[in-house]
Amino acid sequence: MSYHFDLTLAQARDALKAKKLSAVELVKAHCEAVERLDGRLNSFITRTLDQAREQAAAADATLQKGEGGLLTGIPLGVKDLFATKGVRTTAASHILENFVPPYESTVTTNLLREGAIFLGKLNLDEFAMGSTNLTSAFGGVENPWKKKDSDARLVPGGSSGGSAVAVAAGLVLGATGTDTGGSIRQPSAYCGITGIKPTYGRCSRFGTIAFASSLDQAGPMARNVQDCAILLEAMAGFDPRDSTSVEKDVPHYEATLGQGIKGLRVGIPKEYRTDGLSEEIQALWDQGISWLRAAGAEIVEISLPHTKYGLPTYYIAALAEASSNLSRYDGVRFGKRVPAKSLDELYEATRGQGFGEEVKRRILLGTYVLSSGYYDAYYLRAQKVRTLIKQDFLNAYEKCDFILAPTAPSGAFAWDEKPTDPVQVYLNDIFTVPASLAGVPAMSVPAGLSHEGVPLGLQLIGRYFDEETLFRAGYVLEQAAAFHHRPTLHAGVSA
Amino acid sequence: MSLDAKTVLKMARLSRLGLSPEEVSTYQKEMQGILGWVEQLNEVDITNVSPMVGTDLARARLREDLVTDGDCQEAVLSNAPDREGPFYTVPKVVE
Amino acid sequence: MSAYRIQGETGEWEVVIGLEVHAQVVSRSKLFSGASTEFGAEPNTHVSLVDAAFPGMLPVLNAECVAQAVRTGLGLKAQINLFSRFDRKNYFYADLPQGYQISQFEFPIVGKGVVEIELSDGEKRDIGITRLHLEQDAGKSIHDQDPTRSFIDLNRAGVALMEIVSEPDMRSPEEAGAYVRKLRQILRYLGTCDGNMEEGSMRADVNVSVRKAGEDYRTRCEIKNVNSVRYVVQAIEIEAQRQVEIWESGGTVDQETRLFDHIKGETRSMRSKEDAHDYRYFPDPDLLPLEIEQSWVDSLKAALPELPEEKRARLEKEYGISAYESSVLTAEQNIADFYEEVAKGADARLATNWIMGDFFAALNRTGRSIEDSPVSAKGLRELLGLISDSTINGKIAKEVLEDMVETGASASEIVERKGLKQVTDTGAIEASIQEILDANADKVAEYKGGKDKLFGFFVGQTMKAMKGKANPAMVNDLLKKLLDA
Repeated sequence: MSYHFDLTLAQARDALKAKKLSAVELVKAHCEAVERLDGRLNSFITRTLDQAREQAAAADATLQKGEGGLLTGIPLGVKDLFATKGVRTTAASHILENFVPPYESTVTTNLLREGAIFLGKLNLDEFAMGSTNLTSAFGGVENPWKKKDSDARLVPGGSSGGSAVAVAAGLVLGATGTDTGGSIRQPSAYCGITGIKPTYGRCSRFGTIAFASSLDQAGPMARNVQDCAILLEAMAGFDPRDSTSVEKDVPHYEATLGQGIKGLRVGIPKEYRTDGLSEEIQALWDQGISWLRAAGAEIVEISLPHTKYGLPTYYIAALAEASSNLSRYDGVRFGKRVPAKSLDELYEATRGQGFGEEVKRRILLGTYVLSSGYYDAYYLRAQKVRTLIKQDFLNAYEKCDFILAPTAPSGAFAWDEKPTDPVQVYLNDIFTVPASLAGVPAMSVPAGLSHEGVPLGLQLIGRYFDEETLFRAGYVLEQAAAFHHRPTLHAGVSA
Repeated sequence: MSLDAKTVLKMARLSRLGLSPEEVSTYQKEMQGILGWVEQLNEVDITNVSPMVGTDLARARLREDLVTDGDCQEAVLSNAPDREGPFYTVPKVVE
Repeated sequence: MSAYRIQGETGEWEVVIGLEVHAQVVSRSKLFSGASTEFGAEPNTHVSLVDAAFPGMLPVLNAECVAQAVRTGLGLKAQINLFSRFDRKNYFYADLPQGYQISQFEFPIVGKGVVEIELSDGEKRDIGITRLHLEQDAGKSIHDQDPTRSFIDLNRAGVALMEIVSEPDMRSPEEAGAYVRKLRQILRYLGTCDGNMEEGSMRADVNVSVRKAGEDYRTRCEIKNVNSVRYVVQAIEIEAQRQVEIWESGGTVDQETRLFDHIKGETRSMRSKEDAHDYRYFPDPDLLPLEIEQSWVDSLKAALPELPEEKRARLEKEYGISAYESSVLTAEQNIADFYEEVAKGADARLATNWIMGDFFAALNRTGRSIEDSPVSAKGLRELLGLISDSTINGKIAKEVLEDMVETGASASEIVERKGLKQVTDTGAIEASIQEILDANADKVAEYKGGKDKLFGFFVGQTMKAMKGKANPAMVNDLLKKLLDA
């Protein structure tokens, strides 16, 4: 039988359990798709296809016995920010281009425990710093979608661009992402897939290369809401090795999907209707509101008064932490080393040459906002504004159960349309950073195509640890939007 | 907001980033732009607001004092770009 | 005591001293990782991937290290802060794997406290404690193994340290020395630091400035990493002298860190680089603020061991010893323990005299410490028991102790083996005395003629004849009876 790449993760799982499909077939088809398409897409940094094929045979044996976990035999991709034991882990940086961790991250450990099969490590912006995936030291990633009447390469968004592309193009059934200021949600929106950033503390950060510790959170990216629910249940969980991990049981998310949202209150933040918001995004948002209303939800206007300060607050907080988190890449214990006569020269050459342009810019800025004389004016002030932003959400949740907003101010743009002014690039994250700053969960669901023919996403933002409501509402949105478009470049389309 | 090249160099020195003169001048302009943009935070009234530390979702968790780790010399040294026996090495440090 | 003053050309100078003592916390595992803290292991074996700062590794706080800091704070009669926080101190160094040290900058776990020191003339002074905080130790750079490279061993990286900061309350090298000794004594009593300065588990940064009487503080210099009490004293003497000379020659003292070179007997500037440090402290986002309960602090307090001051007072009262004796016997907890173990079951006065006299002398002579004392407390108590119940006399006991030290045998075994049991048989002693008197009839006559001093001669002769084993009191009594008969 030939595999058509039209199964969702949930359907593939059911087919495997029912023995209508073997893991060997499933994995083989996806490995071939990677080999066929990824030379162009560049969504993988490291492929582990041979290993995956071997694991598929073992998965079949397990399934044959009627055993196995939530994900036995399911081919997944792993953002190359999660340490994988014995498999090169680069953070898309030259400084780690030969780094082979002798340990496994907690998130990937959890997925492996459930029987997942990894096809490889997925591309990203260097150290997850970016929203285009163009800052990767291993080259940019091509979005499988095309604008109408144009063959221009589009950016997949970032930083989890490789994850979004691998899923969107049908190379894997799901992928891990990490989200610091929108790095799961924005590329999900750009590539027409679903992604959720869970509550800060829901997934362990142990073994995940840090960008900004107080914001980084792992989450799943997949074809649809159900697949994300399955993946998050497998990934999440308390981890004593991460001091910020929260000791809370992980619900069976998949079970909540059909529960509907009748009677739930949906908050519409008035501050998200910025002057610059395109009509198209506005219309999509209004459409989303109608869908939710039609499903029986009550629509309430809410206020998140400090929204406009989210981005500058985010950049100060994230860059300060990043400048310190990246000090460990010094060419002494692991990673790239540029030899030099003195220790300081070694540091400066290794880091100067090992890090890319965007990473260096962020380290410099982060160093600046923490430095003597500027700490109070920048870092401390930003952390206080962050308190206010968090309080905005707590106030809003007195009036509503979850929030609906756009994921990004636009759809995917061409590689060469990336603005040269960093501030303009940062503005991509305008709708995603507030949830990151507060630590609340947020999900992006594909909701339509732009007039140019690229996907657009809607964002659902929930209460702390209330991912269940997001899955319920996301499912409703997904059913209503009936987004069944396929990108131009897809494993199911013969070349 | 004005940020001179000297400040960029000072930040580069603190963060041990070797930069070319071109990089210094590019970063100077960009950093100046970004820092100008973040100055909008000065509009916010932060009187009596405490800075956010953690998300209040968890409290510090303490570990029992047991030896549960270490004794993995090979793993610790496995990625060292230059090692000598059981040691990492760096260019000679004169104290 | 007259105040310590440096006599300069322009008059007298006073020295102002404050200390930052880094004390390694006694714990099994490191402050933020499960690697062992044991000293002297193979290089890079007591290192976890957390200590080596591998990507994605995260710190988890060791509860015992927090408890040790609280116990120390209680021992310093200090404020315990129920809220404290860990910050990152950012700088690059070869033996600092993370590129930052996790420390407590803004909110330390222990606040103001006090240490009472006693000077050689018995005068007591209070030295203020500013704060105590927890932080990570760095690894070790080894410079002498290779011509072009330094080697890095991370066994110490991440071991918990307490940094104990004093107020600038000390005014002489002697006070600073007494402060370090006292602090070490308290930490050892508490069991929170072994105080072993040779192994580096305690070291001091010494802040020194000088001023004329009545002046405000002048610029201070910080002498880093001084690792013995003697060097603390020397470094201060030398540094204060240096500063006086600078001021008096019209110069100014620069605020800087300096290194003490005990071989050359000088301090020299460590400011090797042009750039000033900017540590960019900020709260460590990998760790949440530390909040502890008062009830937990109370339970630690209730379980604190007896501290040196309390122990001194009690020993003086219970065993009737002098202030000097109590200070010697409580210098180390194990000495005090040893003393009490002996004194409890013996004549306390006898025990005090013997421990402070012959026993300490024996330790000295054999180069042993109380931990590996060749004579156990029990053994010594047995020996003293033999004196008390007149089995042997004091002179013989000294001989027995020497034998005990040499052979490790028990007192009773030695007495038995050598037949040292004291002779208390009146008949035997009388017979011996009679022989002496008969042989020295002339002296007996002199004695009777009024030369009382000769009594000692007769005692000596008798003891000699009886090989020292006669009961001295009985010899006295019987001799008197026979001479006066």
